[in-house]
Amino acid sequence: MSTDLLVWLLPLPPLLAFFLIILLTNRYKAFSHSIAIGAALLSWLGSMVVFFRAINTEHLNLNPFSSAINWIPTGDTWLQVGIWVDPLTAVTLFFVSWTVLMIFIYSVGYHNYGQPQGEHDQKGLQPHGASIADEHGHKHIVPSIEPMYSRFFAFIGLFAFGMYTLVVSDNLLTLFIGWEIMGLCSYLLIGFWYQKPTARAAMIKAFLTTRVGDVFMLLGIAYLYTAIGSLSFSDIFKPETLHILAQTPALGGFLGLSAAGLIGILLFFGTVGKSAQWPLHVWLPDAMEGPTPVSAMIHAATMVSAGVYLVIRMFPLLQAGSVHGQLTPPMMLMTIIGAFTAIFAATIAIAQNDIKRVLAYSTISQLGYMIAALGIGAYVAAAFHLVTHAFFKALLFLGSGSVIHGVEHGVLHTGENVDPQDMFNMGGLRKKMPITFWTFLIGGLALSGFPLITAGFWSKDEILADAFGHGHWVVFIILALAALLTAFYTMRQITLTFLGNPRTKSAEHAQETHWTMTLPLIILGVFAIALGWSGISESFPLIGGILPNFVHEFVGSTLAEFPEALPFSVWPLLVSILVSLGGLTAGWLVYRNQKVGAEDPLKRALGPVYTVLKNKYYFDELYNIIFVRPAYWMADTFTNQILDRKIIDGILHFIARIASSVGGILRNYFDKPIVNGFGDFVGEGVKKVGRNLKIIQTGRVQQYLIMALILAFGAMFFFVFTSLQH
Amino acid sequence: MIPLSWYLTFAAILFCIGLYGVLVRKNAIAILMSIELMLNSVIINLISFWRYRAPEGISGQAFAIVVFAVAAAEVSVGLALIISIYRRRKSVVAEDMNLMKW
Repeated sequence: MSTDLLVWLLPLPPLLAFFLIILLTNRYKAFSHSIAIGAALLSWLGSMVVFFRAINTEHLNLNPFSSAINWIPTGDTWLQVGIWVDPLTAVTLFFVSWTVLMIFIYSVGYHNYGQPQGEHDQKGLQPHGASIADEHGHKHIVPSIEPMYSRFFAFIGLFAFGMYTLVVSDNLLTLFIGWEIMGLCSYLLIGFWYQKPTARAAMIKAFLTTRVGDVFMLLGIAYLYTAIGSLSFSDIFKPETLHILAQTPALGGFLGLSAAGLIGILLFFGTVGKSAQWPLHVWLPDAMEGPTPVSAMIHAATMVSAGVYLVIRMFPLLQAGSVHGQLTPPMMLMTIIGAFTAIFAATIAIAQNDIKRVLAYSTISQLGYMIAALGIGAYVAAAFHLVTHAFFKALLFLGSGSVIHGVEHGVLHTGENVDPQDMFNMGGLRKKMPITFWTFLIGGLALSGFPLITAGFWSKDEILADAFGHGHWVVFIILALAALLTAFYTMRQITLTFLGNPRTKSAEHAQETHWTMTLPLIILGVFAIALGWSGISESFPLIGGILPNFVHEFVGSTLAEFPEALPFSVWPLLVSILVSLGGLTAGWLVYRNQKVGAEDPLKRALGPVYTVLKNKYYFDELYNIIFVRPAYWMADTFTNQILDRKIIDGILHFIARIASSVGGILRNYFDKPIVNGFGDFVGEGVKKVGRNLKIIQTGRVQQYLIMALILAFGAMFFFVFTSLQH
Repeated sequence: MIPLSWYLTFAAILFCIGLYGVLVRKNAIAILMSIELMLNSVIINLISFWRYRAPEGISGQAFAIVVFAVAAAEVSVGLALIISIYRRRKSVVAEDMNLMKW
């Protein structure tokens, strides 16, 4: 099969799976997950073929796999849509297809396939467990299967379709379509347990918050289309187009930006929403209300990566107009927002107790890292970190899901009333759940950038090296601080969850999860380590150059101007190793002796700052006051009470009163006397005539005959008389 | 030869007797018989006009026979009705048969 055709077909299997499950196999659980996983497997296979063909193609950057068809007629020309696989797309496909497949497989175990149906389980609520009797007649409560099992697989199938569409698109329009399909699916999946009020609130929050970014992004796309009349990447990235865009002032000279600058900033707003950057970060932690595979889908493989993918993809446009490595306004904005988000989210993460929420803030922080890296022009480093982060963060999310699952098992077993997601209720899980522990450890070390062996180290180090090498001191310091905090909260998480002794009975009775959950962890764990080796800088001492710097060569070639590899500098490396190890050690020292029921040691150390961090800088409360309450006020008090009830209803009631009085006049003075009077007169008249005439109908034949005779005589006399007169 | 007017006068008298009978008799059978009288007077009229005015054709006689046949059929239907009424109401008085009134 030709590569072009194969790329066209990539997004289709998950979409087909979605329709098949929704329409036909909804009742058959095993059938549904087989279809979904089969579809994911097909797409994965296709992606692997495309990926390996891509890396074996010479000069893929100059001749990407691409084809396009005419879609919408626009006067004399057509709006074309199609597929486009350049080196950046190829590596994105690589990590997307792997993580998607792993998440699909993991979902089977996570939703308790093969377990009995729970007695009290309801659709739209988390399964509560089923009680079964063992051979001795003892009653046990065990996890029960998700009531809406098939529905989940349908939704993640659609989600995967959205992501594949986005990745292989050759233009911004279909990219945006995939983007919005994912937005819809994240809404559906966050609210998967829709009977929970918190899940409902979270789904609406996620949808509305990302929508804010999407509106700006759509404006950017529209502006780009009016400016150059095409949305295809091949047209946008032509040097002469970029040059024109960079020279044209923006509409109305907006803030002195160039057209490229304004478009870039608008598109970047889309990323801010999708990748949960400050100030639109609030939706992502709440999105933890969804099932754990959803968290991994949204936070690692697909949606948030899509935001970063967009800016990496549009980098030539964002960079347009830059002279001698100067930062353009969009890049400046990205650097500021990215760096700020990286440190901001990391500080929140250290004070969270929910195992998934820590990871959610960690994700926001790491995405900020990538955005900041791209802002200072570290294109390859940002893409590299995107890929490695996708793997280790998917690993961490799936691992945390496995932990929660194991502890939930303990909760059901002991009947204790504890929160299975609170890390302070765990501890000592390394013995109970060894596979989960080792893979989580790998993921955690990769996230904190443990030197030399983990993938996270190489990608993070490259970002820091880029910041250092290009002299962006502030960014360098902020990112290093963020890395320190990252290492700290990661170790805090690992120590609280896995090390020490169990702090509750539930943690004591936790159990290793099913192989469908641990297998994806192991595979992702391999990538979380080995992937780093593909991007080792050639100037690195000792081991540099043993393996070719594949990432730099391959991904870097996407850009028209091949980015130069930086000369090696020892300072960023030292800082990177120092913050990583320092943070890890600090985390271990602070939390290794955490006692049952004892409060967080940080609380004593930080005092009121801890409360601020714990409450996420009160951003939810702030937005509640600034946006949510005024919106409710607008809706209820202003629109409903004043505008709708008073003004609009008032006008309507006034018109109604006039109409009703006109009607009354017509009725009393025209309808009743004239129309009704005439009708009644006719009817009554006929009745009266009939009443008077009926007496001659006696029923007696002889009387009729007499009457007939009289009339006949009368007629005869009349005719005779009249004829005699002539 | 007896003039035509005698026949016509006779027929008129017969018709008046029949009409009188129809109007004043109470017995339904008597009314039926009076109707026969009226029909017969009509036949006499027909035959006499035929004989005095157009004796060459037979249409007058044919007409008379058709009227006979109709009269016979009519009587049989009338009699059947009267018998049927009698069976139900034990009466053949015409004044009692007044169901068809308002």
